[in-house]
Amino acid sequence: MHNSKMAEELKLLGAWASPFSHRIELALKLKGIQYQYIEEDLSNKSPLLLQSNPVHKKIPVLIHNGKPIAESLVILEYIDETWKNNPLLPENPYDRAIARFWGKFVDEKILQIALKFKLAKEKEKEQIIQELGEQLQFLEKELEGKEFFGGESIGYVDVVAYFIVNWLQVHQEVRQIVFISEEKFPVLCKWMGKLHEIDVVNGCLPPKDKHYAYIRAQIEAAKSAIK
Amino acid sequence: MANAEVVLLDFWPSPFGMRVRIALAEKGIKYEYKEEDLQNKSALLLQMNPVHKKIPVLIHNGKPVAESLIAVQYIDEAWKDKAPLLPSDPYLRAQAKFWADFVDKKIYALGRKIWATKGEEQEAAKKEFIESLKLMEGKLGEKPYFGGESFGYVDVVLVPFYSWFYAYEVFGNFSIEAECPKLIQWAKRCSEKESVLKSLPDHKKVHGFVLELKKRLGIE
Repeated sequence: MHNSKMAEELKLLGAWASPFSHRIELALKLKGIQYQYIEEDLSNKSPLLLQSNPVHKKIPVLIHNGKPIAESLVILEYIDETWKNNPLLPENPYDRAIARFWGKFVDEKILQIALKFKLAKEKEKEQIIQELGEQLQFLEKELEGKEFFGGESIGYVDVVAYFIVNWLQVHQEVRQIVFISEEKFPVLCKWMGKLHEIDVVNGCLPPKDKHYAYIRAQIEAAKSAIK
Repeated sequence: MANAEVVLLDFWPSPFGMRVRIALAEKGIKYEYKEEDLQNKSALLLQMNPVHKKIPVLIHNGKPVAESLIAVQYIDEAWKDKAPLLPSDPYLRAQAKFWADFVDKKIYALGRKIWATKGEEQEAAKKEFIESLKLMEGKLGEKPYFGGESFGYVDVVLVPFYSWFYAYEVFGNFSIEAECPKLIQWAKRCSEKESVLKSLPDHKKVHGFVLELKKRLGIE
């Protein structure tokens, strides 16, 4: 059913460890869209990346018939509008607004606070974990009573949030610190468990060993930088 | 349609609030404007936006929409038969959303640094601010509006900051018009539209507000 000509017309510039890159792959896979994946070395950005996203020079970038689209949330909406099967966003304008709200929330609150943790001094870490917990509570509440954020099927917020929450879980294991416990976040943890079982979803995650080694190396590098 | 169907919780100098005012005016939507005292937030605001506790919040038939870009998109989709703000082509829509995101990431934060800091930090902010505006000028090109022949989403998103330019110029000691004349031309063109005229406060008032804000925050 999928022809190789379509794959030539759609390129995704991504990075294997980036949750932003993964969310685009998941969206494309959920819709059964063929694409060519191009791994970018972020320490040595390709001319194609620099030309396709001159403003931010970041991945992911989707290039459709030679035309580039940057910013993961913008790309997700473009994909949803161009390939209308298995819609990610709901049809109703109000529900769409709510989905967009939570997508933005995940990136601006959850991720930003978690990133602060990376650079934080020991005494600040407790405070950051608490702040993160407060924000995660909003997400927990939003999911209550639902299979997925998208309702009965995976939707926009699931695609946006899954890789960010996974990032928290991975860091939790590597650092041996609790960011998102089952006791405090039973709904979110159950939702993650469900998504981890779905092949098309977990297939977008990087190989565990490689990922853990990468994060350990980042932590070591940060420690030497702080010293 | 009853006014109570659409309510906007807002704060007069907020460029984010201005975006929603402009979008509502473009669509000819009657609404009730409620001024919030951000030092003493109303129970309604805290109830309608418990996550961020910020304005603007658009309330349509009792249901809140927070975050200005999301509210503007909602207005465009819920009242889609009049004055469309976003184009219909998915690629052009993506471009518009990209540039709106750029405005949010750059213009507001850099503008704040211009009035809130001094010395090297302020100089760096001024430089990046002008670079960002020039980038947008380049994007505008020879078109009358970012939306092309007609006023659109990116125009709505960016033009509120025009009411803050005077304050930036005074506190930053520079001229935005000297650096970005085409952008100022665009802003003036937008300001001739009734929706923009009604929604943007006087720039001297904004300057006065920033002066008071600085005093309150203890910034010289």
